Amino acid sequence: MSEKLLLKGGRVLDPSQDLDGVRDVLLVDGVVAALGEQVDAPEDARAVDCTGLLVTPGLIDVHVHLREPGGEHKETIASGARAAAAGGFTAVCAMPNTDPVMDDPASVGWVAAEGRKAQAARVYPVGCISVGRAGEGLAPVGEMVEAGAVAITDDGSPVMNSGLMRLALEYAQAFGVPVADHPEDLTLSPSGQMNEGLVATRLGLTGKPNAMEDIHILRDIMLAELTGGHLHLQHISTRFGVESIRQAKARGVHVTAEASPHHLVLTEDAVDGYRTEAKMNPPLRAQADVDAVRAGLADGTLDIIATDHAPHHYDEKEAAFDDAPNGIVGLETAVGIVITRVVNEGLIDLRTMVERMSCQPARAFGLPGGTLAEGSVADVSVLNLDAEWTVDGVAFLSKSRNTPFEGWKLTGAPVRTIVGGKIVWEC
Amino acid sequence: MNPSLLSLGKDLVSLEHVSREQILSILDTAEPFKEISERRIKKVPVLRGKTIVNLFFEASTRTRVSFEFAEKRLSADTVNIAASGSSVVKGETLVDTARNLEAMRIDMVVMRHGSSGAARFLSERIPSSVINAGDGQHEHPTQALLDLLTIRDHLGRIEGLKVCIVGDALHSRVARSNVYALLTLGAEVAICGPPTLMPPGIADLGVTMFTRIEEAIEWADVLNVLRLQLERMHGGYVPSLREYNRIWGVTTERLEAAPKDVLVLHPGPMNRGVEIDSDVADGPHSVILNQVTNGVAIRMAVLYLLAGGQQESAEAAKQGGEV
Repeated sequence: MSEKLLLKGGRVLDPSQDLDGVRDVLLVDGVVAALGEQVDAPEDARAVDCTGLLVTPGLIDVHVHLREPGGEHKETIASGARAAAAGGFTAVCAMPNTDPVMDDPASVGWVAAEGRKAQAARVYPVGCISVGRAGEGLAPVGEMVEAGAVAITDDGSPVMNSGLMRLALEYAQAFGVPVADHPEDLTLSPSGQMNEGLVATRLGLTGKPNAMEDIHILRDIMLAELTGGHLHLQHISTRFGVESIRQAKARGVHVTAEASPHHLVLTEDAVDGYRTEAKMNPPLRAQADVDAVRAGLADGTLDIIATDHAPHHYDEKEAAFDDAPNGIVGLETAVGIVITRVVNEGLIDLRTMVERMSCQPARAFGLPGGTLAEGSVADVSVLNLDAEWTVDGVAFLSKSRNTPFEGWKLTGAPVRTIVGGKIVWEC
Repeated sequence: MNPSLLSLGKDLVSLEHVSREQILSILDTAEPFKEISERRIKKVPVLRGKTIVNLFFEASTRTRVSFEFAEKRLSADTVNIAASGSSVVKGETLVDTARNLEAMRIDMVVMRHGSSGAARFLSERIPSSVINAGDGQHEHPTQALLDLLTIRDHLGRIEGLKVCIVGDALHSRVARSNVYALLTLGAEVAICGPPTLMPPGIADLGVTMFTRIEEAIEWADVLNVLRLQLERMHGGYVPSLREYNRIWGVTTERLEAAPKDVLVLHPGPMNRGVEIDSDVADGPHSVILNQVTNGVAIRMAVLYLLAGGQQESAEAAKQGGEV
């Protein structure tokens, strides 16, 4: 019995086909079977009216922390996959800084299997670069890729050892996966709590200078240039970092990079008053950095919007600032924040938004999707650009609600998320 | 002056947003309370029936004892909790500690904590008054207030004076509280010390920076010399205590070379021979023990005002009667 779903009359925006117009989309047996102005659907197809809605290739978040195994009180693979679907995402890439870490094929395969069980957004595991995420010996990249890993990273920590980073960038080329790095030179401020500057000084908190990130970005770019490997730089937050990536791309270095929604709209002022819900790493920075990240997103220097979804239990954030962990949840606010504060403010158009949240994530990480071309995987996001809503962490499907956007009034929301031709979430 | 403008509100966690009038009100309230400590029977019933918890998560002698004397001389009932004998070492969170104290219906908490912002965290979660006795590297408001009172006692004013904070301002809660209060009262403020220990961005507040102690002494009317904590040397901020003393130590020779007399303060505890030489600490420039004496009066004033007392009633209050 084949499954058939017809999305009728939506505004289909698919940059991969240079398409922006009212179309019908027919999904059959997990693939896009037809796309046209008037698709004749089989009688047994379920028709869903999408009039007035935006239909896009499924949104993909290449940077999430699902916390399982080891942090199930914060999030599980299943709750994270459901939160992703509720946020309009059809796929997420799960970071390996779990407990135990994902540094071997067994753990990678287990996460992939748990992700399939969730029957929500697809969960693609990312394996560690180093054994034990300890920053020393190279993890079994080939075996992890065979088990389903789509990239490698030691995220949560930088790869401090330049020799190891070189080896990773060389070795990963055999498997075609990107090497993702969290750029931060820890020697510059091992106990830093927020951006360095007057706000940190006033609060008596140890700062992290931009140079921590800048130095590491430059080093990684040099190593990517040396090796020809695919470097993926995570959550860029500094103006010099953006400029360094821009110049590297101009030289032809194989580098891709992320911007997170929070680094696009918040400055370090959000931390004032010791607001632990705005504590994250890299920290929120100065307005000039936010402006640069926005410019980098607009001109394509930053290819991808990724949330760095980092759930923490509420009582872990209910602590003195230096005792609170880094990170915020992002899956269920990303679409609203990006439409309201990035698209509707005129920084990028909707087509660019879809490129940064679907096409380029798929391309950079070699994932199915990022297109609605006939024959491609039937992962589709349906968004209502006019929906007005207020962020309420208690309503999240994520197990955590550590968001700095609580109470924000946003415009634009997902209404239906389709994975493999099945509706996995609708509002 | 409208008393509501002088009111400190519920808590004293920071001096950053405390007004000139409020600071002067605290200093003026402390004046009549000084005399209580000189009496044979050092006790007045101002805070009779008030329950105060002194919650010290970090070791402290001077500040804890000073608060305790202030509380007892005002007849409050006090309990001391030190981290090393408490549920904190059993893993209790700060918020749970706070809720449990609150459940016992206390009136005030005096807290020292190793985390910046801890006092504010507590103050936002419990209805009792919270007095910050030092939170991490953030603030130590009563220390700055007693510094101001001591300066005013000796020089008659704060406004227009040149006050230089010497040493590790980066990690110092005393420095931050002093900077805010001194600027609010119209003093000129400078910081002198190794560039590795200068707080980033602090110059944006209008603070002058000196790297040479000789220049700072030549400029200043008052030096407030901070303790150099030994762990700063291990952290690589300064190469050695010997070098620190050689370059930044406040010595008699350096004070004598100055064009005018300089008042020397130190919040204690001192490292004699490191940031300050014994000749200076024990010499005519030093008002270090006056600071300690004033500390009790300042803390009495803060306790009294937060308990609802009015500055103009302080003289009457110390003759008897409760808030």
